[in-house]
Amino acid sequence: MTSTAGTVPVVDPGDPGAPGEPDALVDVAASGRRRGRTAYLLMAPAVLWLALFFVIPFYSLIAASLYDPSGSDEDGWRMAYAFGNYVDAWQDYWQPFVRSIAYGGIATVICLVLGYVLAYAIAFKTGRWKTLVLVLVIAPFFTSFLVRTLSWQLILADDGWVVDVLRFLQLLDDDGRLLATDVAVVTGLAYNFLPFMVLPLFASLDKIDHRLIEASSDLYSNPVVGFFKVTWPLSLPGVVSGTLLTFIPAAGDYINAQLLGNTNTRVVGSVIEAQFTDANQPYVAGALSMTLMVVIVGMVLVYVRRAGTEELL
Amino acid sequence: MSLRVEAGVEAADGTAYDGLRLRALTKRFASFTAVRGIDLDVPRGSFFALLGPSGCGKTTTLRMVAGLDAPTSGTIELAGKDITGAKPYRRPVNTVFQNYALFPHLDIFENVAFGLRRRKVDGVDKKVAEMLALVELDAQARKKPAQLSGGQQQRVALARALINEPEVLLLDEPLGALDLKLRRSMQIELKRIQMDVGLTFVHVTHDQEEAMTMADTVAVMNGGLIEQMGSPAELYENPRSTFVANFLGQSNLIEGRVTGRSADEVTVDMHGIGVSVPVGRAHTDGQQGWVGIRPEKVLIGDAGSKLDAPGNTIPGGVVSDVSFVGVSTQYLVRMPWGQELMVFAQNTGRDKIFRHGDPVELSWRPEYAFLLDHSQDVRAGAQEDG
Repeated sequence: MTSTAGTVPVVDPGDPGAPGEPDALVDVAASGRRRGRTAYLLMAPAVLWLALFFVIPFYSLIAASLYDPSGSDEDGWRMAYAFGNYVDAWQDYWQPFVRSIAYGGIATVICLVLGYVLAYAIAFKTGRWKTLVLVLVIAPFFTSFLVRTLSWQLILADDGWVVDVLRFLQLLDDDGRLLATDVAVVTGLAYNFLPFMVLPLFASLDKIDHRLIEASSDLYSNPVVGFFKVTWPLSLPGVVSGTLLTFIPAAGDYINAQLLGNTNTRVVGSVIEAQFTDANQPYVAGALSMTLMVVIVGMVLVYVRRAGTEELL
Repeated sequence: MSLRVEAGVEAADGTAYDGLRLRALTKRFASFTAVRGIDLDVPRGSFFALLGPSGCGKTTTLRMVAGLDAPTSGTIELAGKDITGAKPYRRPVNTVFQNYALFPHLDIFENVAFGLRRRKVDGVDKKVAEMLALVELDAQARKKPAQLSGGQQQRVALARALINEPEVLLLDEPLGALDLKLRRSMQIELKRIQMDVGLTFVHVTHDQEEAMTMADTVAVMNGGLIEQMGSPAELYENPRSTFVANFLGQSNLIEGRVTGRSADEVTVDMHGIGVSVPVGRAHTDGQQGWVGIRPEKVLIGDAGSKLDAPGNTIPGGVVSDVSFVGVSTQYLVRMPWGQELMVFAQNTGRDKIFRHGDPVELSWRPEYAFLLDHSQDVRAGAQEDG
C-alpha cells in the first residue's frame, strides 16, 4: 500500500487533505517544527509499546532460531549462529509449512469471492439496511474465536445435518466425513476470516461514486463490462488490503487445523507451538517462525508491488 | 396541445421526426412526481436548453432521455425510433455529467477512448487525438483526471461524450462547478463546438443567462411541467406566465382589471390608470390580470413632462431608491397604490439622474407590455440568487 500513498486520492477530489492544497503551503518553518514535535509525542506511546512487545521479542526469536541445538532447558540455551537449524527445520517440516500457505491461500480466495459479493451487495443494494448488515458482519466478533471454531465441530460432525444432506445428495460417500479433513480446516478459516475481507472491500466499494457506473453505462458498457472496467479497478485497494488482512493471519493460524482437522492437516503454526512447548526445541520453532515470517513478507511485497502499479489508482 | 396535433399530422403523411421527441413523459418517485407528462420536440442539430430552478424536473427529464431513469409513463423517440425502454448502453445518446464523473483510475486518453473501446470502433488512437485537440487537451493525455483543473476536467467530460458522435448530447449543468469567468468562456466554447460538430445538444441548467446565451430554443420548466418554450428573445419579450416573467430576467407585474377587448388590443385599468396591451401579448381571458413590463422598457421623467413614448403614461411616482451601476441607473419608484416599480435607465448621458424623493412619471410603449393570468402567483420564479 505504501507505493500508492503518495498519489492524490482520486476517488474524492474534494478531499481536504490532498497534497498541494493552498493551506498546506502556508506552513512556515516554526510551525512545521512544532508540528514535528507534536508528531513525535503522539507516536511515542505506540513506539514504546512496539519496542517492548515487538522489537525485543523479535530479537529473542531470531536469537532462539540460531541457538545451539545441543542445549536444553536444564543446561540453558546458547546463541551459536547455528544456521543449520533452518535447513533441518525445513527438511523436517516443509509439509505443514506448505500446507499452511495453501490453506491460507485457498481460504483467501474463498473469502474474496464470498466477501466481494457480500460487500458489493452491502454497498450498493442494502439501502437503509446498510448499517444493520454491517453490524451483522462484525457480530461474530462478539463471541470468542475459539467458541465459534468449536461450534463448527458440531456443524460438520459425522452425525450432523450437513453431512446427512451431502450424503443424501451423494456428494459424500456413505462413510465420508467432513470433520477432520482439509475441507473442514479451509471452511473454518474462510468462516473466521471473512469479516477481515468484507470490511476493507466494503470501504472501497462504498466510496465509489455511483455516477461513475452510470457514466460507464452511458458510454456503451453493459453491466458486466462496466463492472470489470470501472467497479473492479476502483475496488482494487479494498481487494489488496482485504486479501492481505485475510491471508496473513490465515496462513499463521493453527486453531482451525487443530480443532477441525486431523494429524494429516497439521499446519506450521501447530508445529511451532509444539516445538516451543512439549518438544522443547525452541530453535526449530524459532527457525520455522522466522521462515514463515520471511516467506509471508516476501509474498506480500511481490503481491503489493504487482497490484500496486498503475491499475491501483 | 398543439404539439400533439402536429405529431398526428406527421404520422398521417408517414414522415418520421428526425429529432428527439418526448410525449406525455412522466416520472413519479415514491413521494412526489418529478415530471408531469411533458411533450417536447427537439429539432435535430439544435442547441436546446431545459431551464428551471432546482427540483423542477429538468435533470429527471434528461436522465430519462439518457436511460438512467425509467419513465413511469410516456414515450421517448429519437430519429423516429422508440427508445423509451432501451438500456442506456444501447442508446445513441451520451451525457456530460454534472461534476463530470470522469473515471479516476484511467488517464485522460483512456477516459476519452472509453466509449469507442466499448463499441470496438477502429482507429481509436487517431480519433481520441483529434478530439483532445478539439478541446485543447493534447498535452494532458497521459494525466489522471485529478491532476487537471476544473475547466480541463469539464472539457474531458465533453470530449468523452462528443467522441461517440451521439444523436443527442445531454449536458447536465455542465458548467455549474466552474467559477463565473471560466463559465462565460466555456459557454462560448460549447456553443462553438456545437456549431462545429452539428450535433443536437440538450443542455440542462438553472442559469437563465447561460440558457439564453447558448440555446436556440429554451424550454422553461417548473414543477415538472414546461411553462413555455421558444427562442430566448421570445421568452424574454413575451412571457406567458408570471414564472417565466420573473425567472428570465426581472419584471414589474401590476394588478389590473380588463376594461375592454378589441381586435388588436386589450385595455386594462391599472389602479385607475388606463393602459393597453396588444392581443398577442395578452395571455388571459379573465377579468383580472397582471400587467407586465420589463424594467428597461420603462421610461422615467419629471412629473408632468412629456415623455417620448406614445401610449401609456403612469403619473404620480416618487423615486424611493437609486442605484447607479455604470451602464445604467436602477430606480425603484413608489406608485400611488403603494407598489414599487423597477426602472432601468440606460446611461446615455442625455437624461438626468433622479434622486431619492423626486416626483416622477413613468411611461412605456404598449407593445412592450404583456398581460398575465391573475390566478398565477405574482412572486413565482423570482430569483433568490439573482
